Amino acid sequence: MQKSELPDPFEEIRLKSGVGEMNDQDDPVKMVLRHKDVRKTAHNYKTFTSAAVPGRIVVPSEVNIRKTRQIPFELDPPIHGVYRAIVEPWFKRPLQADYAEKLTAQINALVEETLEKDKVEVIEEFALILQSRALTLLLNIPYEEASTWISWGTHVFRSEDTALDGDKANILYDYIDKQIEKAIKNPGEDLYSMLLASEFDGKKLTGEEVKGVMVLTFAGGRDTIINVVTNAITYLSEHQESLERFRKEPEIIGKAVEEMIRYFSPLTQMGRVVTEDTFVCEHAVKADTRVSLCWASANRDAAVFENPNEIVIDRKINPHVGFGFSHHNCLGASHARQIMKVLLSALAENVASIEVFDFKENIEDLGEFKRKVGYDYINAKFNRLTK
Amino acid sequence: MAKITFITKEGETIELEGTSGSVMELAVEHNVKGIDGDCGGVCSCATCHVHVRSEDVSKTGSASEIETDMLELDDFANEYSRLSCQLQISDALDGVVLTIAN
Repeated sequence: MQKSELPDPFEEIRLKSGVGEMNDQDDPVKMVLRHKDVRKTAHNYKTFTSAAVPGRIVVPSEVNIRKTRQIPFELDPPIHGVYRAIVEPWFKRPLQADYAEKLTAQINALVEETLEKDKVEVIEEFALILQSRALTLLLNIPYEEASTWISWGTHVFRSEDTALDGDKANILYDYIDKQIEKAIKNPGEDLYSMLLASEFDGKKLTGEEVKGVMVLTFAGGRDTIINVVTNAITYLSEHQESLERFRKEPEIIGKAVEEMIRYFSPLTQMGRVVTEDTFVCEHAVKADTRVSLCWASANRDAAVFENPNEIVIDRKINPHVGFGFSHHNCLGASHARQIMKVLLSALAENVASIEVFDFKENIEDLGEFKRKVGYDYINAKFNRLTK
Repeated sequence: MAKITFITKEGETIELEGTSGSVMELAVEHNVKGIDGDCGGVCSCATCHVHVRSEDVSKTGSASEIETDMLELDDFANEYSRLSCQLQISDALDGVVLTIAN
């Protein structure tokens, strides 16, 4: 098996029954595994709600460590749409030319720093730094703030010892509270200030609502970006020819990004709470229980994707659900796509090859499934392209 | 060369000409409102959804199964729905009128 391979642990059960089972803190989850069922379930917000107790639709559940409702994520239409409309234009800023330029400068500088090193630990010394610096652009705050987030380490919510770490979560929540207080006293051009100036139903957003958007922004875009960046680096270490292709055919980079999002599925699944007794894929599910939309499984469904377990770097038709599906599709997707496009371009232009020395895989324990989602560490070296 | 007309949600009419690429790419290049093309044209996001004028359906042809499955779960879909990333520009498309769905 190649180092960069992410096996599909769901195939057998997806074909056999279409639904997997996992226990999670005594609030079990029925995992929906087939592409069609995942999309249908995601779309049906009336029967499969996001507006449950805060933290419950996340797997593993965050009910015990979080009281703040993430907005617009933990709401259903039509209210969801009103909040989404407030934040959507801001989260589309990554498509603007000046944003892309700043991001390109950041990522080129990081690649250059990395090329100077004999060894780089790709999670802490590359992906985390890249993600944190890029987040200053998304929030439109000073670049220097990234050093605070880098100092938190890779897991804001999760620690190596326990699935959920309340103390670590509090670091983030306390930090956000302070930043909101600062923005109230001193409004600027940043995301906190934009949210504080926004209105819902004729009233200014409350501090708690602003916090809900900020928690989502920080939490949703951390492990996910780190996973996709590190998986991409490992893939390219074994596929130098793809770097070569990006140099010769830069127009395929957009497709390559979509394919990596599909294959790596940096977020394995997202839950919903069932509002009435019903069926998923012909399996009965009871009201007030949980189902999950298993993006990682749907993205390997051979009923939809030819050669699902291969990275086809210029895959032309790719209806993946790596950014979720329907009303709740990923708010940070434009930012994530831009990061990956810029990263692949920067690597193609400057890096001849990547050597991986050693690594440890990050395996998620999902009841009857074990899924590799990324790495705990990767020691590597980037070799310069001589032009 | 094909002349393609877009009608936005606000009722604005935009006429564009193209020779190659997809209709979505043409629209994004000219900042046509309501055509985002987030996924770059791989049929994953449905942010390039249009309704084809009924008399133009013969020019555009019908949607593929993957496209139909995608549109089936779109709140604004109807029998004239297409994802414009799947419409390749050629002389055959000349004169089509597309109403933007979102």
